[in-house]
This record gives sequence, C-alpha cells and structure tokens, in this order.
Amino acid sequence: MTYSIDILCDLYKTMFRIRSFEESLVEPILNSEIRTPCHLYSGQEAVAVGLCTALSKDDYIFGNHRSHGHFLAKGGSLKAMAAEIYCREAGCSRGRGGSMHLIDPDVGMLGSAPIVAGTISLALGAALASSIRKDGRVTVCFFGDGATGEGVLYESLNFAALKKLPLIFACENNLYATHMPIRECRVNLPISRIAEPFGIEIHTVDGNDVLQVRDEGQHAVETCRIGNGPVFMEFMTYRYRGHVGPDDNIQGNHTDIRPREEVAIWMEKDPIKKFERYLTDQGMMDENELQDIRNEVADEIRDAKDFAINSPRPSGEDLTKYVFA
Amino acid sequence: MSSHRTLQYGLAINEALHQMMEMDSSVFLIGQGVESPWYVGNTAQGLLERFGKGRVIDTPVSENAITGAAVGAAIAGMKPVVVHPRVDFMMYAMDPIINEAANWFYMNGGRACVPVVFWGIINRGGEQAAQHSQAIHALFAHCPGLKVVMPSTPYDAKGLLISAVRDMNPVVYIDDRWLYNLEDVVPEEMYEVPIGQAIVRKKGKDVTIAAVSYMAHTALKASEKLLDLGIDCELIDLRSIKPLDKNTLLQSVRKTGRLVIADVGWKSFGISAEIAAIVCEGAFKELKSPVVRVALPDTPAPASRSLEGQYFPKEDDIIKAVQGIIN
Repeated sequence: MTYSIDILCDLYKTMFRIRSFEESLVEPILNSEIRTPCHLYSGQEAVAVGLCTALSKDDYIFGNHRSHGHFLAKGGSLKAMAAEIYCREAGCSRGRGGSMHLIDPDVGMLGSAPIVAGTISLALGAALASSIRKDGRVTVCFFGDGATGEGVLYESLNFAALKKLPLIFACENNLYATHMPIRECRVNLPISRIAEPFGIEIHTVDGNDVLQVRDEGQHAVETCRIGNGPVFMEFMTYRYRGHVGPDDNIQGNHTDIRPREEVAIWMEKDPIKKFERYLTDQGMMDENELQDIRNEVADEIRDAKDFAINSPRPSGEDLTKYVFA
Repeated sequence: MSSHRTLQYGLAINEALHQMMEMDSSVFLIGQGVESPWYVGNTAQGLLERFGKGRVIDTPVSENAITGAAVGAAIAGMKPVVVHPRVDFMMYAMDPIINEAANWFYMNGGRACVPVVFWGIINRGGEQAAQHSQAIHALFAHCPGLKVVMPSTPYDAKGLLISAVRDMNPVVYIDDRWLYNLEDVVPEEMYEVPIGQAIVRKKGKDVTIAAVSYMAHTALKASEKLLDLGIDCELIDLRSIKPLDKNTLLQSVRKTGRLVIADVGWKSFGISAEIAAIVCEGAFKELKSPVVRVALPDTPAPASRSLEGQYFPKEDDIIKAVQGIIN
C-alpha cells in the first residue's frame, strides 16, 4: 500500500515521540523523581503506531502495564500522560493511577491496567457493546506474550469468535514475560496458533516494520468492521529496556537475563532506524527534514515534562474522592 | 388496584429487568443460563422473546471473561447486568469485579465509571455442599468501590434492582433462592429502593435485631415468638450491606441498648463483625449488654441434611441469642 507523505511523516513523528519520551524518563526514574513503576515501550513503537493509526478516533483500545506508547499512538495528550507519570493532579488519571493507568476516553483510549490479561475481557466487552449498538467501532486489546499464560485469554477468544465481535487481539511478542524467555513459558509456538482452534483469522507481523503493521492492521480493522471479526495479530518485536524501569536486563549487568548478542541483533532491527532508512531510500524525506521533526518532538517533550513537574500533586484532602461516581 | 398487586420475589426481579430493558436500550442481561429456568428460576422469563439474543445473552461457562466483558461494556457506555446463578461461581470473576470494576473509577481519577450490576444467587441447602451454598457478600463489601445490596422482600428485590441498574457504580446484587417463592405487594410501576437505606420491619424497645437477607424473615418469626414471651424486639432489615445505613442501626441501638446480628454468612470477619464494630464506635455508652452474633459457623457448608440442620441458623438460635442478653 502507498501512503501520503503526511501519513508517513505522522508515523515517524509518533514513533520518535514515544521513543524520546520513554528515554527521557530514564534519568528521573533513576534519581527517584518518578517512582510509579514505568514499563518502558522503547523498541516496540511500530506496533502501537502502525495499528492505532489504522483505527479511527472513535475506535477503542485497551492497554496493559506497558502502555505509554498505546496512549500516545491513539492520540492521548503527551502533557496529560507526563503529568500522570509524575503523579500530578493534571494527569490523565488525576494522579490516582500513575504510569499503569492511562486513559483518555475522548480519543478512544478506554484504559490500561497491570493485571496481566486483565484488560482482554474488558476489550471483549467494549466490542460486545459495539456489536449490540451496531455502532461500527472496532476494539483493539494490546497484551504481551506473557498474557498467553492466562486462562481468560482463551475464554475471550472463544466468546469473541462465537459472537463474531469486532475485536483485534494484538499480542506484542517481545520474547520475554517479565524475566522469563518465551521458550520457558510455553510449548506451543508460534503464539498466533493459539487462535487457530477458535477459527479466528490470524496475522503474524514483523512488529518492527511500521508499514507492515499498518498494512496488516488496516486489513484486520476492515475484517472486523464488516462483521468478520475477531482477528488475532502477533507482532514480533523486542523491548530494549527491562520489564520495568530503565534496567537493561542484559547478562553481566543488572539482573542477568538477556544475552548481549540477542539485544545487538534486535538493535539492528530498530523500528525507527528502519523506517528512517525507508524514508530516505525512497526519497520521501531527507535527513534535514527528519532532523526538523526530531527537534520539534524534543521541544514537545521538554514542554510536557516542564508542565508535569510544575503541576501540583493531588491535595491530601481529596484522598477519598473518586471512590464512587 | 396496582398498589395491592402481589408478585413472587423471582417475578419482581423479572419485572424490574423487563422495565429497565424497555426503558433504556443500553441495559442488557448476560450470563450463564439466562435462557434456562433451571439456572435463574423465573427471573428471566419473557426477556429473550421480547428483547432478542442481542440483549439477552446466554454464555458459555466462562465466568472470568463474561464478567470482564460486562465490565468492559459498562466502561464503553452500556449498563450490563451479569448474572451468576450461584455466587460460588463468582470466585472465577474476582479479577474483573475487584481489580478492575471496583478500582476503575478511582484509579482513573474519575474519568470513566463502571455502571455494571453483578447479580449473584445464593443457593443454600439441598445437600449441595461447600461450593454451591456460599454467601460471600462480606468479601465484596470489604473492597472500596463496590456497593452491595441484599433484598429480602419482593418489593425490595424490584426496587433495589432498578436502583442498582441506574447506579453509575458497580453494584453487587445478591439474592437467595430461598426467597424466590415469597409473594408480597409489588407496585407495577417503576420505583427505586435507595441503596444505603435499611428498613425497620418491626418496631420494638428491648432488643435490636439487625438482619441480612433471608435472616430478616427468620428474625421476624423469632421476634413474633419473643413478643409472646414479653420481649419486644426491633427488627432492622439492612437491605444494603454497603453503604451500610449506620444511622438507622445506631438510632435503634441507642434506644434498645441491645443488639443481636443475624447474618447469612460466616461469623468471623464478616458483616456481623463490621456491624458490631460500628455499634462499639457509635453507641458504646448506650449498650447494656454484649453484642451477640447469629451467623454460620466457621465451617464450609456440609452436604448431609443432618449436618445442614446444624449449619443454618434458625428462629430458635435468634430467640436464644435474644434471651441470653435480656436475662
């Protein structure tokens, strides 16, 4: 599929925004300025950006513990997310949720939660709501390879297939469930095969290739939109940072998990560098234009973090506010 | 005429569902067995024919995903009622109920509410043993963000279900199969019984009995017998477990100075303990005798009827409890 320069520019800018923001959190996490557990998305940007831009604003997504990228890709406000990560009243969840509870119903980001697989059934329900209302929306649920160990995923696959719900099961396979390599988690690989017995359409996608994600994503969205859902998508990708925080989880450094060679191989496949090469090779953009975008993003991030740092924390008097609606 | 119309408890629930679904197209019923009277008695009759399979959704046996789906649909703007034909089956659904629904509004800073009703049916007795007879309302009531109601009459069954469906928060609605055949006056029109309001079923001056769900009926019979013995009990049917109507409770205890609590759940760490604590905090000086609890022993429900007979509290247990603090 061919895309306009505006779309390509937007894909690049959003991926770069996510990466730059995530990496800008490293220092404040290390110096405890930020304490809410941050599960950084660096390395996986192409998945959120490719798939979310295949959706319309009214479509729904649900995230998980690692959802900074999902929130931004769906159109959530960078300032509101930064303020939430700094646990400020101006945050998208008013400082009550932190990094793991990002929400912006106005752009269809219906929420995120760190109970592994916990939002899969919520997404199932949002898709059910759309099917009852016949509102034409599609719901995407983002979850990791770790969530494939949870029973609720299989219950949800069955029910979604049974009711032909407009739901995309978006599995981001970054090869590790917290510290544990995928091969130590399951015997049945590839993961996408788990959807087979339910008769669900399967897409296996290079999750580091934003255009491939976007192409396959559009196809999946269309399948759901015309009533032939659900769709299961497995995105092969890799996170650069550890399960939580900036820890690189590389052998010999911190928690002795991942072989250095493996990380090096994936760095070669970096989704942003890959897309930069594509844009320049195709003559769509030159290095100067890319640099302009990077500068623009750097300004946005600085502004967002300044906004967050200078915003007040929630007032102690409001501790019990929002228990009930 | 309508003001004297009587209806069975199960049919009062049924009427509330019909009226709410008719009035509000975002209300739907989902759960295991909603097409089968074997599961849900007469509570769902006529709904499928009237509203179709799109809004009356019988499901595979997948409590976790189906309950989560109800929560997700609520987040997406619907007003689902998800039924669990036995409360015990809700154990599989604790994650969507507690981790997600109960916390959602708070942890998202009030950005999204979860107007869902978790309807669980207690199925005590019948030699059904430990996994078909449990009453776990205290477990739900413990968690911030959940409301818990337990109607004991057909009138309240309808009115509290309407309130629960209209509420913008997750509400756990727990009834009891032992109540389903009770018949009483139920207005035909729609009405709400406010969540958080207890009701005084019988006025009295000597002892307050605070009762939960089916125990309100047991306690009423006991208090009638006690009256013959010259002891005038005041009977409070709590109706809502959370929020709990502290005012009605404390007012009564301040008057009588004595309290017996009758619960359908286990004795330790449950609603009866909570009520005793509320009274200690709010009416300690007015108490003339220790608070007494009539509840299930801290034992799983047995099968054999010889054990069941010992397990579930009866009128006599309440009578003895009252006499114990009067004398």
